[in-house]
Amino acid sequence: MVERDEARLLDFNVSRRAFLGASAGLTFAITLGLGGAGGARKAHAAGGAHALNAYVSIEPNGTIRIQAPAPEMGQGVMTGLPLIVAEELDADWSRVVVEQSPIAPAYHHPIFKAQYVVASISTLGYFMPLRVAGAQARRVLIDAVAEKWGVPAAELATEPSTVVHAASGRKISYGEVAAFAKPPAHPPKIDPAKDLKPGDRFRLIGRPVERVDVVAKSTGRAAYGIDARVPGMAYATLVRAPVRGSGPMSANADAVRKLPGVVDVVMLGHGVAVVADTFAAALKARRQLKVEWKKGLPGDAIDTDRDLEKYLADGRDMKHTGVVFHSAGDAAGAIKGAARVMVGEYLSDHVYHAQMEPMNSTASVRPDGVDIWVGTQAPTRTTLDVAAALGIGADKVHVHQHFLGGGFGRRATVEASVDAALIAKAVGRPVKLVLSREDDLAAGTFRPMTTQRIEAGLDASGRIVGWRQRVVGELVGDFVYQPGYVEKSKNRDVIFMSGAMLPYYEKVANVQSEHVREPERTRVAAWRGIGSGYTKFAIESMIDEIAHAQKADPLAYRLSLTDHPRARRVLEKVAEMSGWGKQRASGTALGLAFAEYGLFAPKIGSLVAAVAEISVDRRSGRIRVHNYWAAADAGLVVNPAGFQAQMESAIVWGLSSALKEQVTMTNGVVQQSNFHEYNILRMSEVPAIHVEILRGPPPPTMVGELGVPSAAPAIANAFFALTGKRLRHVPFTPARVQAALKA
Amino acid sequence: MIQFTVNGEDARSEQPPDTPLLWVIRDELGYTGTKYGCGAAQCGACTVHVDGQPVRACVTPVSAARGRKVTTIEGLSATGDHPLQRAWIAEQVPQCGYCQSGQIMQAAALLAKNKRPTRAQIVQHMNGNLCRCGTYNRIVRAIERAAQEG
Ligand code: FES
Ligand code: FES
Repeated sequence: MVERDEARLLDFNVSRRAFLGASAGLTFAITLGLGGAGGARKAHAAGGAHALNAYVSIEPNGTIRIQAPAPEMGQGVMTGLPLIVAEELDADWSRVVVEQSPIAPAYHHPIFKAQYVVASISTLGYFMPLRVAGAQARRVLIDAVAEKWGVPAAELATEPSTVVHAASGRKISYGEVAAFAKPPAHPPKIDPAKDLKPGDRFRLIGRPVERVDVVAKSTGRAAYGIDARVPGMAYATLVRAPVRGSGPMSANADAVRKLPGVVDVVMLGHGVAVVADTFAAALKARRQLKVEWKKGLPGDAIDTDRDLEKYLADGRDMKHTGVVFHSAGDAAGAIKGAARVMVGEYLSDHVYHAQMEPMNSTASVRPDGVDIWVGTQAPTRTTLDVAAALGIGADKVHVHQHFLGGGFGRRATVEASVDAALIAKAVGRPVKLVLSREDDLAAGTFRPMTTQRIEAGLDASGRIVGWRQRVVGELVGDFVYQPGYVEKSKNRDVIFMSGAMLPYYEKVANVQSEHVREPERTRVAAWRGIGSGYTKFAIESMIDEIAHAQKADPLAYRLSLTDHPRARRVLEKVAEMSGWGKQRASGTALGLAFAEYGLFAPKIGSLVAAVAEISVDRRSGRIRVHNYWAAADAGLVVNPAGFQAQMESAIVWGLSSALKEQVTMTNGVVQQSNFHEYNILRMSEVPAIHVEILRGPPPPTMVGELGVPSAAPAIANAFFALTGKRLRHVPFTPARVQAALKA
Repeated sequence: MIQFTVNGEDARSEQPPDTPLLWVIRDELGYTGTKYGCGAAQCGACTVHVDGQPVRACVTPVSAARGRKVTTIEGLSATGDHPLQRAWIAEQVPQCGYCQSGQIMQAAALLAKNKRPTRAQIVQHMNGNLCRCGTYNRIVRAIERAAQEG
């Protein structure tokens, strides 16, 4: 297990300005050993190239290699992070070659102390260390030229990939410097307060840059985990126990072993693997596999429809106390003394990541060491968990990071690699483990279903004086990390409760949110947008209900709740973009939603306001979203092109989950098997998407999930504007829409 | 043994005739640009051309390729600069990228028979190809661009 100290995470108390300030920024300036793993590897390979530190090496021909420390899963970090290095290095971006870095401490994310991409904080976390790395490499070049030319370093400046001595008019390219420069014994120290560029001198940061991985991904050359090939490897597929904590009691292993091409059937604690000479043979034999699973687990009794009713009852029963997640003022007291109390209930079903690349990992387990080829969000944890499973030292495990065919939280846990290693060890040869789509879904890790109950106390003039949000559902953090994890994290299950606060509606003085906990029975995970996907659905629907009850305009009502300039800016911007308040074509209506996003919100967070324009086919119950506008503020923007793409992606994700996605279970068993039953948004269902990026000061904050939370409430609020009816249960399937219309 | 061509080169498979073409292409022949997403003709990630027609390789037995011309993303153009690929780059379509080989092969089959498809025709032709990263609008734009710039 990676040591990830949640308390430290949440006390990540750096003001937006301090990131560029003197002392606070320094804590992020990791020490960069010269010739770090990536640079050194390349220096050897390239012959004559100089590794200036762990991130940068420069070849005499002027090629600059920059290591990308974070796994690339479509979010664009393979472009955005090296861009930050290049900025401070003053590199000519057209001469930069980006490489996926090795898995090594030099590349750890400073908050996680690991290579780990979750919570949309790669750019936030790496921003300062990468600037320092770039500045340090630049300083090495300058010092080398100063010595060679016998001039003070202070007289030297840089232009893209060139050192310049203005006094004598001399110039020399970085490549030429690399040909003679010797890396110093002690890397120069960089003082972030003095030695980094002021923001107004950025040449690369803030301008749209094409992604470095797009050509490979348009020509079939990008290598994903599933594409790994190791000489002599066998292929495996795995059927995992359908219920959390269960495992095989018995299986028809002997019969399956006799099937064509089958190498072995391997019994694991939690599942059964079929290993064959080809993947086709493994899949075919898997269909013949019959397993008896251990009974008596809590999950055996899961029936999602019935359990949601129980969740609703628990949310209503105030004797069923919740664990406080966020509290300001005295919410209960204010509600008790309110002139009027409004209550809203909201539900959401389990949802599945449906990443397009099924879970897989390739392992070679030898006495001298273990190699793992995988696309993972958690390469450091892969190293540690595989080592623990095999009972060997972590230094014996080498993870080869590949592209991810989608992560979204599913690839933040590492069981595929642990399984692959155990199976490879059992059969004594390298193994590529790939789950079938059906097994990937049956053994999915889901954003858990929830019910929510919000009570809002209003005074005589209709102002909200008290707000209480009870969110009912299972713990997530303990399953993602380890039992007891949430308890140790101030008993706050951040993944589950994300978003259950009103930090930007600061005029609501008395606020409390609680996690009403249900028994842990389901395999659960972080899922793009985490808790904010449903907590903001409830909050923004409720705000809309209150606004309509006051006969107030939903935009004006929201603006009356906040004086925060950033919040007002996104709200006013999206109103302008969407023509809010203007007459619409008949049969369509607009709905508005606002959300902040981020684990550290409100200290550090991104903001979005969105408007959906919808129509409804009353016969079929189908909602059509015609237009979707979003105004987004994520502080300093590193690559606006990447930001734009991530907003579009997260909006489609949010719309998909709002309209279609649903996992149900009976007797603990997932009822959907493939994409014909687990429906995601298709091309014909995607609206025109309009995004405006509102720039802000450093640091660069969360982008990759920001588009998700506003989607469901924007649709539900538009539906109310159109029909006068409330949609309270995500997803808004045709049957639920029809039921709401009849209600 | 089953013989056919892949991207203009002679290829043969020793696998049983009912083996899905997808696994022959990927594992036996090593063209890993073609992807596995569902194995059930539900996502389009495995789309290749057989004699110019788009097929879902995950449900096409290798025996159906006997004597035919199979084209994968690697063979769409020799240098990776098919008009669609240029358009894909210009529009910066891929995110995780996993679905994109299938998207491009599906789109190429459309443009081969309809040089100037309408937006509705594009959507209808592409609607079976899923993209979990939600790049659909960019895919539409890229196909329109490729049709225009050819
Ligand atoms: S893998 Fe063939 S259609 Fe999905
Ligand atoms: S780009 Fe990720 S699935 Fe399409």
